[in-house]
Amino acid sequence: MTDKNINTIDLVNKNLKKRYRAEKRFQAYGILSICFGLMCLVFLFTDIISKGTRGFFYHYLPIEIHLDAEVLGITDTNDVHQILGADYTTLVKKRVYEIFEAKKRKEKKNARTLIAIDATGYRIQDLLKTNAASLLGTTITIDALVDDKVDFYLKRLGEKGEPGKEYFNEAQLLLIGKLLERQEGGFNKSLNKTFFTSGDSAQSEEAGILSAFMGSLYLLLVTFCLSFPIGIATAVYLEEYAPKNKWTDLIEININNLAAVPSIIFGLLGLAIFLSFFGFPRSTPLVGGFVLTLMTLPTIIISSRAAIKAVPPSIREAAYGIGASKMQVTIHHVIPLAMPGMLTGTIIGLAQALGESAPLLMIGMAAFIPDVPTAITDPSTVLPMQIFQWFRNADAGFSEKASAAILVLILFLVMMNALAVWARSRLERRW
Amino acid sequence: MENNTITDINDIKETVGIPLVDNAKMSMRDVDVFYGEKQAIFGVSLDIGVNEVIAMIGPSGCGKSTFLRCLNRMNDTIEICKVTGQLHLEGQNIYDSKLDVVPLRARVGMVFQKPNPFPKSIYDNVAYGPRIHGLAARRADMDEIVETSLRKAGLWEEVKDRLHQPGTGLSGGQQQRLCIARTIAVSPEVILMDEPCSALDPIATAKIEELIDELSENFTIAIVTHSMQQAARVSHRTAYFHLGKLVEVNETEKVFTNPDHSLTEAYITGRFG
Repeated sequence: MTDKNINTIDLVNKNLKKRYRAEKRFQAYGILSICFGLMCLVFLFTDIISKGTRGFFYHYLPIEIHLDAEVLGITDTNDVHQILGADYTTLVKKRVYEIFEAKKRKEKKNARTLIAIDATGYRIQDLLKTNAASLLGTTITIDALVDDKVDFYLKRLGEKGEPGKEYFNEAQLLLIGKLLERQEGGFNKSLNKTFFTSGDSAQSEEAGILSAFMGSLYLLLVTFCLSFPIGIATAVYLEEYAPKNKWTDLIEININNLAAVPSIIFGLLGLAIFLSFFGFPRSTPLVGGFVLTLMTLPTIIISSRAAIKAVPPSIREAAYGIGASKMQVTIHHVIPLAMPGMLTGTIIGLAQALGESAPLLMIGMAAFIPDVPTAITDPSTVLPMQIFQWFRNADAGFSEKASAAILVLILFLVMMNALAVWARSRLERRW
Repeated sequence: MENNTITDINDIKETVGIPLVDNAKMSMRDVDVFYGEKQAIFGVSLDIGVNEVIAMIGPSGCGKSTFLRCLNRMNDTIEICKVTGQLHLEGQNIYDSKLDVVPLRARVGMVFQKPNPFPKSIYDNVAYGPRIHGLAARRADMDEIVETSLRKAGLWEEVKDRLHQPGTGLSGGQQQRLCIARTIAVSPEVILMDEPCSALDPIATAKIEELIDELSENFTIAIVTHSMQQAARVSHRTAYFHLGKLVEVNETEKVFTNPDHSLTEAYITGRFG
């Protein structure tokens, strides 16, 4: 008997070591997976942030410029058409030639391509639009935008292989070098306000994120306003009211299937129904919102139903026991208790919608939209489409803009999530 | 050996004792309850007298909770549940298809096995019933209802300083008394209690039992319990259920000292259950 006991405990002890090892191994797998995930995340973020933040800044060259009414061709400072139609290009060009001391044709060409003449012209135009009378005839200092190639080169100065150098000829490099040596009045790097305040443009130095940002915002607004109430009403009805029969089973299966449909199919649906059949305006956040509502609804419905199911039956019983009607039980108890879960589902759905581009392709939201949309019926594009378009543009300035736009998109997402977390914590505190 | 003394369930044709009384608040006749194909209650006839405390005891699965839940139609929430027979509250058929369950449940309140306060403040828990039934026109009226209900439930002194804190923060026994306060806030005529103490410790249980005693002055109470001692302590009459049948109903003292039916005796002496 005693012998047998010792044997048993020995066996257990022997096994224990094995068990500990297995336990350690099991934990190690988990830690490894987390490390892998973190590594990918860190890699992704450092890459995006290092590239993206570059896009937020730009190089300017402060120049003094005499606003000569004669060169501009403005005779009446009150005439808006004259101010808008004035010849700013010539004015800026002339001044640039002076600065770079360019006299011959070739020298002039070299100098001209270093500065973004048109974009600088627009800046002067903006100034004159507000107070032409006082500024005309005076000399002002303005931050002229450098050409996007120059900006590209300057941002990478000191890097191995001098990227961007190949864009310029010897004479141009000499001019840039001269400006770089200047202590005052040389290039300065500052926040690129244009990027945040204007829409897309064919010139990368003038291209901004605002039109895509507003497009995304309107799109999400439409999507939220439609999918949240519809999704919750559907979930509540299916969970609380609908009889359990083969029809509701069929509906349930179809909702689950819809969640797995490739998003481009929803785009085709939107094209066929909203654009072709109903004739809604093309490329607008309104139609995009309809399409993305279809796409996000299954997500919202499924998670809302799960949240409603998770409300303890004892709460329902308690309310019924006092004599609450079905609607009172649902509105007073079930929905408030399920709301945090419903919000989580909605946020997941909306985050999907924010990053979606395939269905929007089908309804024409991939167009070049320089104007900032001011209503849900204005043509607009969205952040993911804008990123894609900038990335495939061969111009050096654009890929940087695309990285910056990715950062904006991520920030947008973070803000949305923060809002959801805040709303959820507020709701939970009430209980 | 024991089986010889226990009557076969199929032999139970009629309830022995005194299932019917003269001044009945609720009267049930030939009640059958089905869950789908399965019959859970077989032809139960029982009266519940005015201001009476009636205890329902019996082994697990004997149908005592099911029967209790018929009395305010809580079984309606279970789709496959079907109830037949006559169930009357003061002469009114409570299974009338035209009857609205909302006023019925306001008249026949219920306290559940597990304390289930709403995740709201103590005040809102008690005020919920009066609010949805529109019992208080002014805020002062509501305050009064809340206070009297909490007083009747013996909870007022303990919570009067924290009425606006969550009801879920109370202890188990306090929560159950809060649930009782919530039930009596709508001034029901009958209170159904489904094993109200099974999740509570002995001290909390004693408090609830005391409370039931006080409440019986104003309310008719039907209580389902697993504890025979509890039934003996709080009730006037005791009904013994066995496999869906009502075997015996008698004065509580008689049931626990000298039951008429051999099955009852077997159960209370602990031979099964």
